[in-house]
Amino acid sequence: MNPLLTFLLLSILKVAVVLVIFLTAVAYTVLLERKVVGRIQNRWGPSRVGPFGLFQPLADGIKLFLKEDLMPTGVDRFLYLLAPMIALVAALLSIAVVPFGGGQTYKGVEIFDIADLNIGLLIILGITSIGVYGIALAGWSSNNKYSLLGSLRATAQVISYELALGLSLVGVVMRAGSLRLRDIVAVQSVHGMASWNVFGGFQFVAFFIYLMAAYAETNRAPFDLPEAETELTGGYHTEYSSMKFAMFFMAEYGNMIIVACVATLLFFGGATSPFGHLIPAFGGAIVQAILPVLWFVAKVLAFLFLYIWVRGTLPRFRYDQLMGFGWKFLLPLAIANIIVTSLVLAIHG
Amino acid sequence: MHLVLFILFGGLCVAGAVNLLLQRHPINSALSLIVVMTSLAVLYLLLGAEFLAAAQVIVYSGAIMVLFVFVIMLLNAGEEERTTGSKAAYLVGFPGAAALLGVLAFVFLSQKSALGNARLGSFLVTTSDLSRVLFRDLLLPFEVTSILILVAILGSVVLARKEQ
Repeated sequence: MNPLLTFLLLSILKVAVVLVIFLTAVAYTVLLERKVVGRIQNRWGPSRVGPFGLFQPLADGIKLFLKEDLMPTGVDRFLYLLAPMIALVAALLSIAVVPFGGGQTYKGVEIFDIADLNIGLLIILGITSIGVYGIALAGWSSNNKYSLLGSLRATAQVISYELALGLSLVGVVMRAGSLRLRDIVAVQSVHGMASWNVFGGFQFVAFFIYLMAAYAETNRAPFDLPEAETELTGGYHTEYSSMKFAMFFMAEYGNMIIVACVATLLFFGGATSPFGHLIPAFGGAIVQAILPVLWFVAKVLAFLFLYIWVRGTLPRFRYDQLMGFGWKFLLPLAIANIIVTSLVLAIHG
Repeated sequence: MHLVLFILFGGLCVAGAVNLLLQRHPINSALSLIVVMTSLAVLYLLLGAEFLAAAQVIVYSGAIMVLFVFVIMLLNAGEEERTTGSKAAYLVGFPGAAALLGVLAFVFLSQKSALGNARLGSFLVTTSDLSRVLFRDLLLPFEVTSILILVAILGSVVLARKEQ
């Protein structure tokens, strides 16, 4: 078969498989959150649909599909419809550059990622910065003061924290000498856990900054001011119903998963084993190919759990605290981290 | 393949630019500008400048245009009014633009042999190549530019500050 055709067909297959898995993961992250927050608040969470409430996402999906699709008067129709699509597409697009397994190939096409790009990290940052428009336009086009306030808050928050987020990654990039995500993972795979950026790479400050900034970027508690129910009745998606609301909802949880993936790749060794070469290779080639994917999923799940744990524990920031924290604490800290990391690298490396 | 992408995104870029001028509402114009910036990033990518493409999306389509949209939302700017424009604009504008285009096209075509060719997708400037040039060969101009930008930031803070 023509190599270009093989490449195209295999790529389409990969995109379809990864997209289905990703959307399922989004649906079950919602269930995980409801379950875990339930237990934190000393109640059961959803438990009626299926065993342990496992079919709850299905029921939620059907409910959202069948809801009446309302559109308030005086909205900017085109932008009102465009906004949820931008939000969802931006949330789904980033998974394309995430390498979630080893570098095995089939007929010259990598199996465990969709695209392995030289500038993978920058692509993720770029897509994140485009995703803001979904929220900004949703609030503006809804013709509702709460929506507008919510989206203004979201935009200001994302612009402020994007700087700290980008700067926190510079140390990791300097250590790897590359923006390619597979290279960044490769640097951390030599001695297992001891060479992870967060421990052996001494990037724990950068990891802390990344985590804070990423929580703020995804508008999650304790930085969920854009959709603060008590003040804004729901923020930028107040006027959205049915599947259009579901698109914002999926975008939020998709972004959570992307942040968990990026944290895993940049600070926790991606799809490599935490034990390095301590455990001898067992099983056949297939087991050794599947094992990294399982490590990756386990790490991502741990980050998702942390996300939910933080949401269940911490109260919301005040707006001035949010801005002060971003500009006066995280940003200088990120710059200090860059200076120290580059000095150490210049002396040692 | 490269040519198809070039025509597609070049066309999108021009369409966005024309739409930017024709739209009456500032937010639609701002969104058209985002389309222009992003399709320019794809054109950079086709020419092998991958870092420039990513920076274009992050800095221009992302940060700067978000600020534009933010300001338009905050001021709640209404539709702009159309005036028939001055006579001078009609008389000088179109011939002026055409003359400028003609001169540029003539210069580039006549200097074609000296300028050399860049083929679509024929070479790749990696990020490390770019940074090597930027931080070794062109270190002084690069640092001077960054200080210039810092001065501009400080200046804007001083100008925007409220009187005590």
